[in-house]
Amino acid sequence: MPYVPHSDEDRKTMLAAIGVRSVEELFEDIPAHVRFPELNLPPALSEMEVRWELEMLAGADFTTADGPCFLGAGAYHHFVPAVVDAFLRRGEFYTAYTPYQPEISQGTLQAIFEYQTMICALTGMEASNASHYDGATATAEAVITAINVHRLKRRKVVVSPYVHPEYRAVVRTYTQGMGLTVVGDENSGSAVLTDLLDDETACLIVQYPDFLGRIEDLGPLAEAAHAVGALLVVVADPIALGLLKSPGQFGADVVVGDGQGMGAGLNFGGPYLGFFATRMEYVRKMAGRLVGQTVDTEGQRGFVLTLSTREQHIRREKATSNICTNQGLVALAAAIYMATLGRCGMRRVAELCYHKAHYARQRIGAINGFSVVDEADDGRTPVRYIRPFFKEFVVHCPRPVKEINDYLLHEWEIIGGYDLGRDYPHLQGHMLLCVTEMNPREEIDMLVEALEEVAS
Amino acid sequence: MKLDPVARYARSHEWARQDGNEIVCGITDHAQESLSDVVYVELPEVGDTFDKEDTFGVVESVKAASDLYIPVGGEISAVNEALEDTPELVNQDPYGKGWMVRLRPSDPAEFDDLMDGAAYEAFVAEES
Repeated sequence: MPYVPHSDEDRKTMLAAIGVRSVEELFEDIPAHVRFPELNLPPALSEMEVRWELEMLAGADFTTADGPCFLGAGAYHHFVPAVVDAFLRRGEFYTAYTPYQPEISQGTLQAIFEYQTMICALTGMEASNASHYDGATATAEAVITAINVHRLKRRKVVVSPYVHPEYRAVVRTYTQGMGLTVVGDENSGSAVLTDLLDDETACLIVQYPDFLGRIEDLGPLAEAAHAVGALLVVVADPIALGLLKSPGQFGADVVVGDGQGMGAGLNFGGPYLGFFATRMEYVRKMAGRLVGQTVDTEGQRGFVLTLSTREQHIRREKATSNICTNQGLVALAAAIYMATLGRCGMRRVAELCYHKAHYARQRIGAINGFSVVDEADDGRTPVRYIRPFFKEFVVHCPRPVKEINDYLLHEWEIIGGYDLGRDYPHLQGHMLLCVTEMNPREEIDMLVEALEEVAS
Repeated sequence: MKLDPVARYARSHEWARQDGNEIVCGITDHAQESLSDVVYVELPEVGDTFDKEDTFGVVESVKAASDLYIPVGGEISAVNEALEDTPELVNQDPYGKGWMVRLRPSDPAEFDDLMDGAAYEAFVAEES
């Protein structure tokens, strides 16, 4: 196939067909001064020079390859085994845009099916779709599912203030125009969530572990939601699920989250992976593609898209969702990651995160000026309590968080924590720190030493 | 094409039949045949109210998913729960065991506006 889309001959034919003599004449309606603008660009560089320039620019970044990272808050620094990329980069997997024709795509369809199966095992759910863009959009799709389960008769959504702030923003953006009321996270959650549940509520959304890293007993929340006929939507960290009781076991109805931690790396913020799983009874209200296993006319096992009748190419404006794009390649990375680690490996990663984070928290809590267990300053919202936590925890700092992070980066080459004051006014001066299997003890000790310096 | 002699018919291929003061509805034999194997029927809840020609559910077959339109407006008094596990009843017995909803009509005159069997037969012939 030629790379030049139109030859001069093609152009002539097209111009003649519409009765225009030249390309210039074709654009005559556009004011002359904007027709062919001069761009203020430096002279062109050779490939070699461009590479040097880009490498120099990239070198100005400080990445997780350059020093310890204690930043989490939704994007996590987890190890990506080499086998993930080795399989992922096979041409068979990454060339096709919509590789769903069963006649030619058994490999991709089987990979998606296995991804779905493992997501179900991890979340304790019965059906998983082939993925969404990221955790935030998966959460928004969970809301739409809950609204559809209630046949649009319930328009209230109760959300915990400790669901990721960006996820909550995306839920509001995504569902605008649907006439929903999203409550529960105003004033950093001064209200008790379960008090807000009523027979108008379509779903209750909580995060597990929550944005501050805390692990909550989901059982009573599931009971309270179900008592009013609402669904419990749980935004979960899949790495934590290697260790913790699954949301499904607690009675969750939809489990979503970001699968970035499973084989995708940080990648400067994307592409990430939204996973979405639910119970069989809600599967027809679920968004996204779904791969099923079947047998062909010769009785051989095969894979096909299934329940497509929910989707927009058939149901048009009445589809469960009008975004059916999935993150096929990142989902594949997650599938390879889960299959490589297995049940025991997933648990081991989670245990490493858990123990390292607890070591870090105990050491940091002992530093003069830093505190991890007291009540919050406003005396209203308990922030620094000893509730169980996973790989993230909140630290109250003796100086502004930004100042500490600048100091850590410039003096110690450490990427510090997340400034919670950005999202929660009552958490000014509080830092959210994240510790994973990627932080050896030496790095944690180094962070402690650096923070001791900050405090003195 | 089978017809129920006492039923009336809508242009959207639902049938309605009087049963005491209530109306029973389903889809016609012609409709089930066009859809082929029905795999799922989504029905409303008892107590839901609809105006004539509102969407009251969805019927999904191996070929397509189609909206169901209520031939007579009113309040749903019963739905055929058997269809949840055995949607094929719609194919096997569209005017009998494959019924979909029973309702209390808000305006019984709407029933009289529907086509009778002969008119529906002519309508289908014209449509095809």
